[in-house]
Amino acid sequence: MASIKKHKSTEMGLHDEVLTGRTQQVFFNPEETENFFYHDAHKVDFNKRTEIDANNLECIDINRKINELMAKGYGTIVIKNPGSKHSIGVGILNKLNLIIEGSLGYFGIGSVDGPVVRISGRVGWSCAENMMAGKVVVEKNAGSCFGAAIRGGDLICKGSVGARSGIDMKGGTIIVGGDAGAFTGFMMQRGRIVILGDVGPNLGDSLYDGTIFVGGSIKSLGADAVEAELTDLDIAWLKRKIKVSEIDKKIDYKKITKIVSGKKLWNYDNLEPTERKGAI
Amino acid sequence: MCGIAGIIHKGKSTNVGGEMQKMLQSLKHRGPDSTGYALYGNGESNNYILRFKVGENVKEGSSAVMEDESVYQERVEQVNSKISTSGATLHKEEQITPYSYRYVISYDGDLLDLAKQIESVEMTEILSLGKSLELIKDIGDASVVAEQYELGDFAGTHGIGHTRMATESGVDIRSAHPYWAYPFSDVSVVHNGQLTNYWNNRRALEKKGMRFMSTCDSELIAVYLADKIRNGIELEEAMRGSLDDLDGVFTYLVATKDKLGMAKDHMAAKPMVLYESDDLVALASEEVAIRTVLPEEIDTYDPYEGEVKVWQA
Repeated sequence: MASIKKHKSTEMGLHDEVLTGRTQQVFFNPEETENFFYHDAHKVDFNKRTEIDANNLECIDINRKINELMAKGYGTIVIKNPGSKHSIGVGILNKLNLIIEGSLGYFGIGSVDGPVVRISGRVGWSCAENMMAGKVVVEKNAGSCFGAAIRGGDLICKGSVGARSGIDMKGGTIIVGGDAGAFTGFMMQRGRIVILGDVGPNLGDSLYDGTIFVGGSIKSLGADAVEAELTDLDIAWLKRKIKVSEIDKKIDYKKITKIVSGKKLWNYDNLEPTERKGAI
Repeated sequence: MCGIAGIIHKGKSTNVGGEMQKMLQSLKHRGPDSTGYALYGNGESNNYILRFKVGENVKEGSSAVMEDESVYQERVEQVNSKISTSGATLHKEEQITPYSYRYVISYDGDLLDLAKQIESVEMTEILSLGKSLELIKDIGDASVVAEQYELGDFAGTHGIGHTRMATESGVDIRSAHPYWAYPFSDVSVVHNGQLTNYWNNRRALEKKGMRFMSTCDSELIAVYLADKIRNGIELEEAMRGSLDDLDGVFTYLVATKDKLGMAKDHMAAKPMVLYESDDLVALASEEVAIRTVLPEEIDTYDPYEGEVKVWQA
């Protein structure tokens, strides 16, 4: 275990980053909401429940069935026998209770905006990639690139995750109950990652912004990742989030390490979201 | 992209040919060009099993040069002569395809000498030479190859396999995986990834007298391990050394007469999902392959960066 250099993060102002992004900031004027809608977003009733047996279905058929059921107003859908197939539950753009009884392959629950998904098994690479809002809970382990490029929502893995979790993350929260592999938070731009176990080498390599909390050991920090002071506000936030994540683990919050960007590689303009809004 | 898979049963022999076929067929989308199997069977009364080819499969999609099939018989006769003059005894001779053969031989001499003699015949390549290893590879998906070589009932303790998407070398048998760690009996390798210091390592190994049959970077791993084993280094230690000596992104599987191992590069850039129980270990580029032999819900995980693991049959 490499020792981490202590930095005067308070003087550097590294611990007071402001979280923005879809779940934290309203980009659109409420008066304009009528002009902002998704195709294939459905109004559903959570009390309407049904099941899909995925045993003999291809992933495209499973996703089509989910869409058809949502169009009929079903708000709780249980998928049985997913068999680790790839790309199940992608592109869900409305609220939904999706219960997966089993494991998913690669790219499960990608590009979603709003559903609450509970997976009783394991997930393969790139689970919930590009998620914008909602909550995904994985009961067992996850593969690499867990939560790649998510923009919002809560992504929780109660087991351990592979390498590059939160790569290119732009918002939201990732919480991992176990360990994480190399390059966790690689090129992360916003949001928060919480790893309650140990983390592999190059943690937070080239991260622009955002915060990573680690409960266990850190093998090494990546380029431009630095340790910051853990504040009472951080601890309060961690307690609240970990409680919501349902991870049953005894945690010594004061021993959690906080990692942020040293901003030596930084070439990111804080005003960019505002400018982007102006351009729209 | 390529897909790799392996399975090892602890202390028992099963239909490992059928299991590997199912696993590799489910990975066809990762590599449709060719499929290869390294299966570890129950042997032939302590004799060597020699799998070799005297030409290439030139069917549609192959990048091999078309040859008249009549040359194959001439080459086989030359191989038989070389076997005889090397002091080996040929017990059984099977022609599997017009260009591919399976022999059972007894031999007490140096395997390197025998291998050199056989491969001195034009276009002849030993795919495997071992007491339990049988290495089969050809163009097509797992089912096509398994049917062609009648692997569906192959009994054994373990096996590794590969579905190849040709990126840096031709669509032919010589560029297909697995690779035999020439000249060590019963050692085979499959690989998913890309080695970026291939030529430097290849030149260094060739200077030491090691032989390469293709320009596929994956062959380097087999030859690298063979060189280490030749110098008395244990398999697991050689695999650990490969993580530092080989540049690039890679996950590979290696099998010996009674072991199966895996190694993953320092960045964990290539996938591998692993399942382990008291009875068996199954690993593959995607869990969907493992589920073809273990359809029930199982606990799997991704090995981490720089991990090397070896299991005993």
